[in-house]
Amino acid sequence: MSDHRVPFSRRKFLASTALGAAAAAGSLAMPSILRAQGAGVKVGILHPVSGALSYSGQQSRLGATMAVEEINAAGGIKGLGKIDVVLGDAQSTSEGGTAEVEKMNSAGVACIVGGYASNICLATTQAAARYDLPYIVDVGVTDAIVTRGLKNTFRFGPGFGVIAKTALANLVAINDKAGKPAKTVMIVHEDSAFGSGLAKLLNTQLPAQGFQVLETIPHPTPTRDFNNVVLKIKAAAPDIVIPADYYNEYVLLARTMQQQKVRPKAAIYSVLGGAASSYKFVKEFPEAAQYIMDCNHWFDPRNPKAQALKKKVEAKGQFFTYEVYLNYCCVGLLADALERANSTDRAKITEALASSTWSGHIMPYGPTKFVNGQNQGAAPANTQVQGHDIQVILPEAFASAKPVYPLPKA
Amino acid sequence: MLSPVILIPAILNGLLTGAVYALIALGLTLIYGVLHIINFAHGALLSAAMFAAFFAFHQFGLDPYVAAFLLAPAFFAFGYALQRLVIGPASHGDDRNMLLVTLGIAIVVENALLYAFRADTRTIDVPYAFQTIDFGVAFLAVPRVIGFAAAFAVALLLWVIMNLTDAGKAIRAVAKEKLGAELVGIDVAHIYAMTFGLGTACVAVAACLLIPTYYVNPNVGDAFVLVAFTIVVLGGMGSVPGALIGGLIVGVVESLSGLFLGESLGQIGIFLIFIAVLLVRPNGLFGAKA
Repeated sequence: MSDHRVPFSRRKFLASTALGAAAAAGSLAMPSILRAQGAGVKVGILHPVSGALSYSGQQSRLGATMAVEEINAAGGIKGLGKIDVVLGDAQSTSEGGTAEVEKMNSAGVACIVGGYASNICLATTQAAARYDLPYIVDVGVTDAIVTRGLKNTFRFGPGFGVIAKTALANLVAINDKAGKPAKTVMIVHEDSAFGSGLAKLLNTQLPAQGFQVLETIPHPTPTRDFNNVVLKIKAAAPDIVIPADYYNEYVLLARTMQQQKVRPKAAIYSVLGGAASSYKFVKEFPEAAQYIMDCNHWFDPRNPKAQALKKKVEAKGQFFTYEVYLNYCCVGLLADALERANSTDRAKITEALASSTWSGHIMPYGPTKFVNGQNQGAAPANTQVQGHDIQVILPEAFASAKPVYPLPKA
Repeated sequence: MLSPVILIPAILNGLLTGAVYALIALGLTLIYGVLHIINFAHGALLSAAMFAAFFAFHQFGLDPYVAAFLLAPAFFAFGYALQRLVIGPASHGDDRNMLLVTLGIAIVVENALLYAFRADTRTIDVPYAFQTIDFGVAFLAVPRVIGFAAAFAVALLLWVIMNLTDAGKAIRAVAKEKLGAELVGIDVAHIYAMTFGLGTACVAVAACLLIPTYYVNPNVGDAFVLVAFTIVVLGGMGSVPGALIGGLIVGVVESLSGLFLGESLGQIGIFLIFIAVLLVRPNGLFGAKA
């Protein structure tokens, strides 16, 4: 019996497999080398650009994409290359937002920026957390967004714990200075996470400051008729009306009050009023907007970069609203983190965001510092519509006008 | 809370809204009275008509009240064609099939609108939208007062058509006794289509009255059609005066329950009435005994 086996020595085997392994490693390594030279980084930009919140969503998208364009025009992220935007539409619902997070995750984004509304942000951050996908909240003010222990979630702007506290302190300061003309308050709020949470907070804190809350009126978004609400305001005749609504409803409420000739004695003092500090509102309905005060997100007017961006946005025929500059800053924050992480690895980006000390933004916040995902320096400002412009009235450090309070007689 | 200062304006506002509700319900009850089908496509047709009014304003600068004179005949023709070419042939003479066909049309129309215009909520801004008339006890919005008057004018016109014209006589004959009508030479298919067209024209007018103060999106009709169903049940299936009175009642109830229970719960009152009517007076206020 002869042996027909092909002789195959140990040496030959080692040589052939080593060659194969080297070849395989070489071909696999190629793309990673390319990536290191800057194949780009995918970023999800998610906003409610259709549905009831579409105006705010589109403004948000504008701010985010303008920041991306600037970064890309300057050569992209150092070491990673250009930002490749994956746009998403939450359709003004939390379900719509969650569906987009799933799509963006499958598309392989390194991070998501946006959400806008509180209820959308609550859902989308949680959906992103399942994939350890870093998420930068642009606006969403509900504090639950950053108190659920989600490691992937970062909020650049202030939450309404801080906003309500500032708003209250400023209201008391303005009222005291004018000789305490106002004692009674009525709150009109939209009934999702943002408005209801804020109303609850104000209801517990206003009485401690000596204000009596006459009534708290919730309404859904969208609402297309405020006649009943305004009738109630008329009947209760409060000194101050505090609206907390999104843009469309805010405008309608203010216009209906004007239409029904209802005017509180001291002020319309909004907390995060959807329109009160919006140039669009002031331009389109100057009479309804006159003297409305607001405690809201506001840019640092002394920052030349802010003024330059304002000009650029206005040159596009758009209004310089808080959605625009908050999103613009959020993308900047992400770009800084990406550069320091020097990787598209989600864990590394999350780490870089958590340790961020970025001061290249245009808000009156100081360098970023995140504790449990919340930027500690973030704070709102008080504004008032005076004439055809919006003036900052508090904090005094960068106020551009004195408050008109109480309302002059009609 | 019960101060007349707010109660009277709230009731007046309710009446004004109710008149437009009544107009939508008129179309629904007319179609039910003659064809004996519940037209599920009513809401979708309302959305379509509101989009038509929206674009008439945006593209051609046509005031919605002027557009009503063009859209009403256009939607009459559309409704006529829909019944004559789609609903009639597809139902093979069976009422249950007709019901399902209208449901299918509703889905097709709504999704076509969604595809074409996305889920955006749009509004138009007419200069008179926030003008008011001072009635002493209340400031009433001009577009709503116009809507109220127009709704009654359309109801009157409908009454004239139904009672004083040959077409109206034929419609009533078909509603009462289809076979008999056919025997005396009335073209039943034509009358069915006429009725469906009239119902659709009512919706087009309602859309033009709504658009100055309301918003439009592909699902906007749903909210109205639920209310319209309640009105039709309240007023009596197929009854024109029933729809009118029912509409006004529902408008006032909605306004008052919005006032007392809050805007978020405003429609609860309507559906409580709906259940109560079904329990106590299943034929409605003006309905004939089944």
